Amino acid sequence: MNTQKPRQASENGSDGFNASRRDFLKLSSAVAAASITPSVVTKAADKKVDERIADYFEKMTLNIEVNGTAQQLQVEPRVTLLDLLREQLHLTGTKKGCDHGQCGACTVHADGKRINSCLSLAIMNEGKKITTIEGLAKGEELHPVQQAFIKHDGFQCGYCTPGQIMSAVSCIREGHANSAGEIREFMSGNICRCGAYPNIVDAIMDVKKGGQDV
Amino acid sequence: MGNHFFDKATMPAGQDRVDGRAKVTGTARFAAEHPVPELTYGVLVCSTITKGHIKSLDTKAAEKAAGVLAVLSHLNSPKVPGFDPPKPANKDEKPRAWDGLKVFYSDKIYFNGQPIAVVVADTYERALYAATLVKAEYIKEPHQTDFNANIKQAASPKGGGDDYTRGEANAWKKAPVTLEAEYIVPFEVHNPMELHAIIAVWEAEDKITVYDKTQGPKDTQQSIMQAFNLPEKNVQVVTEYVGGAFGSALRTWPHEIAAMLAAKKVNKPVKLVLGRDNMFTLVGYRPYTIQKIGLGATEDGKLTGITHTAISQTSSYEEFTEGAVGVSKFLYACPNVNTSYKLIPLDIGTPTWMRGPGEATGCFALESALDELSYKLNIDPVELRLRNYAETDPQRNLPWSSKYLKECYQMGAEKIGWFQRNRNPRSMQEDGMLVGYGMSTGVFGAFRWNATAKGIFHADGTLTVQSAVSDMGPGTSTSMVNIASEAFGLPHDKIKFELGSSSLPPGPTQGGSGTTSTLGSAVHEVCVELTNQLKQLALSAGNSPFKNAKPEGLAVENGNVLLVADRNIKMSYVDILKQHNKPELEFMKESNAGEEQKKYSMYSYSVHFTKLHVHPSTGVITIKKVVTAGDAGKIVSEKTARSQMIGGVTGGIGMALTEEGIIDHRYGRYVNNNLADYHVPVNADVPEIEALFVNRPDPYLNPMGAKGMGEIALIGYAASVANAVYHATGKRIRDLPITLDKIIS
Repeated sequence: MNTQKPRQASENGSDGFNASRRDFLKLSSAVAAASITPSVVTKAADKKVDERIADYFEKMTLNIEVNGTAQQLQVEPRVTLLDLLREQLHLTGTKKGCDHGQCGACTVHADGKRINSCLSLAIMNEGKKITTIEGLAKGEELHPVQQAFIKHDGFQCGYCTPGQIMSAVSCIREGHANSAGEIREFMSGNICRCGAYPNIVDAIMDVKKGGQDV
Repeated sequence: MGNHFFDKATMPAGQDRVDGRAKVTGTARFAAEHPVPELTYGVLVCSTITKGHIKSLDTKAAEKAAGVLAVLSHLNSPKVPGFDPPKPANKDEKPRAWDGLKVFYSDKIYFNGQPIAVVVADTYERALYAATLVKAEYIKEPHQTDFNANIKQAASPKGGGDDYTRGEANAWKKAPVTLEAEYIVPFEVHNPMELHAIIAVWEAEDKITVYDKTQGPKDTQQSIMQAFNLPEKNVQVVTEYVGGAFGSALRTWPHEIAAMLAAKKVNKPVKLVLGRDNMFTLVGYRPYTIQKIGLGATEDGKLTGITHTAISQTSSYEEFTEGAVGVSKFLYACPNVNTSYKLIPLDIGTPTWMRGPGEATGCFALESALDELSYKLNIDPVELRLRNYAETDPQRNLPWSSKYLKECYQMGAEKIGWFQRNRNPRSMQEDGMLVGYGMSTGVFGAFRWNATAKGIFHADGTLTVQSAVSDMGPGTSTSMVNIASEAFGLPHDKIKFELGSSSLPPGPTQGGSGTTSTLGSAVHEVCVELTNQLKQLALSAGNSPFKNAKPEGLAVENGNVLLVADRNIKMSYVDILKQHNKPELEFMKESNAGEEQKKYSMYSYSVHFTKLHVHPSTGVITIKKVVTAGDAGKIVSEKTARSQMIGGVTGGIGMALTEEGIIDHRYGRYVNNNLADYHVPVNADVPEIEALFVNRPDPYLNPMGAKGMGEIALIGYAASVANAVYHATGKRIRDLPITLDKIIS
């Protein structure tokens, strides 16, 4: 992910774009942030305690409901929904396969619609209801699509599976599961390198034909 | 044939995967997902030049960035003792040299994308940002990444080429009917969905645990022991679930060592997850290979000569070879065969085995050439193969342990309607599309190596079987539970297979289609021995119902020892333990292959049939139906076996139609190092695939009669597409992938 560098640091590494938080705080303390105890902040920066303070200033409040639980979180604006789920909320069922919206492994539902969580910054989901693979089953009772994936062996390694299942549920809800051909098209945003596609199609057809509530 | 065959419609559904529930609920834990306290994040900085030296590395800005704990490079990395092994005390012994790139070892750059530093920070985002602040200056040297521009550099590998002659070399040239053609397999990248990842945790100065993506927990443990000069007990490798690999996790790569060094430096656990772009440069790929095939035959289609030569590539710092030309030595009965294999070192990372490895490359050429020859001879391609069917191994002059390739041809041909087609090129149309049928053969060695398994029967009536193996997707746990259930006489739901930790009894590395055969043998033998012990204990129990019976007169079934003569007389395993006051019964055994491999030639076979459409003006190819028939011995897990064959074909569709890593040789850098530009098949590319199995046991390889399947599922498949494209269009494409520009040009 680092073969291409978006920006090069200048020689001393302290230009505006690349300034460390310490530099930023020293600068801002002298100007706009005068009202928030600048001397304390500056001193803290010198003593390298600045990062916790930087945390306070640079994180935003995010109100989000994840798998039925409302949460208020403090999140940096650059954190993706995927990394928030995996690294901070420890919901690792949602997978990272490319981080570029190219593979679908990170598919979750946002207000009931499937999205690539790697392409969505966490703070863009303010007030939304997120459902991940961990939130699909009702307790011990698997969702019909989960059950059908087991029955039809719609996976091998299982890494793309959570994304496939979240997409499959949406595929049926959207009304895009009326034929094998239609399912193939509307499931083509989710790559399975093990090659379980025919079984995934069978699983979705099975649920669709069964008419269960998804 | 009758009962031996089954297909999707009639075959038993088979057992669901034992880890299915974990996989569909998101609870299956992959390498990067283990909760570890005080975790920090490592992000690699990689070279932007292809060859030369690092002149300077400015890490100041990165070090000053928020949350950054360390920036590691060749300038300040802790030493890796295994990179510079001391000379052994015994002069006859050679020091064990480190295989592969020595990360952060020197200022030298061997390929574009080589790790030059790792930035460690307290959050992923902070590490990712700080990595962009590391500034490198280089002294560039001219690089060579262009295979064709360097073809004159091709030389026999130092480790020995594949030079082979049987009968007369180049005898094909004297035959009445001849064919000579050149075939190209480009760079292909494994691209498993799970990014390679590791969490490195130093428990003490000389003790480490890694949660790592690997196909071989024991292999990785050995590498770490070698790298850091640690005893076995101080290195633990955990790999509970592996999100695909296809060969890319067969060895220990630089990023793994980098994470361990970083963790040592910051004295905290470090998680390092590769980006998709790193997956093209740091964890191997299928090497670019040009092959030339010469075939000679009599007018009635008997092969009189095969010449198969290959030129492949490796890196500048390490030699990698694979058996691309091997298949031509034994797949067909032919008196005169010669082969050779050469390598070009290029300024790219080292390739590695990718599903099917060399055989997939070799079979594309050989099986395309056979098809070309069939048209020259005007003999059906299936018939041509049958006329040259090898009844014994012509290479080793040994009988086959088992070979049901003829049955595969028959089953597949019947199912796809092979003999109903019009054989002439560009003769068939359907819905305005050109229709093509093609077929090909695949073959791969059936192996059995050493493995140790432990079985523990518990007082609650459950059996635990353990071995240090990993399961990258084929369903090893499910297969092992099936084997244990059969051998131990206990229902599946009472058996648990534990894997994924190097601290378990040593299991095999998952590769070369050998896991079921190798580990299955150990599991089988352990279970049989446990039943023998239970029989003995049943006979000696105070309340034994088997008066005067002998062990030979007893059998096991459904958790009971019973009398063969009267199956109603039985004693449950649980009761047997209770009578002897035993909390559990445990047995561990190393299982080794016997002499059989010296007496027989052992191979698995596949035959692939493809029906496809080609748009007459745009050249767009749509695969319509695939039938793949396998001789993989006895099938021990029907459901996962079928999935494995379907998956191999899907990989083969990618190899045939879309996959090609493209390097811009001006910069020595991949231009399509992501999943939007490197095309692997998606759902819409894959039609209905029927997987058929002969399902007859191999009598010699192992007690289950199972042969391997992972490789044959893919090997040869690309040729069936190339052959079908020729049948549809009259155009022969010899360089993969078969993109539409090649068809309409």
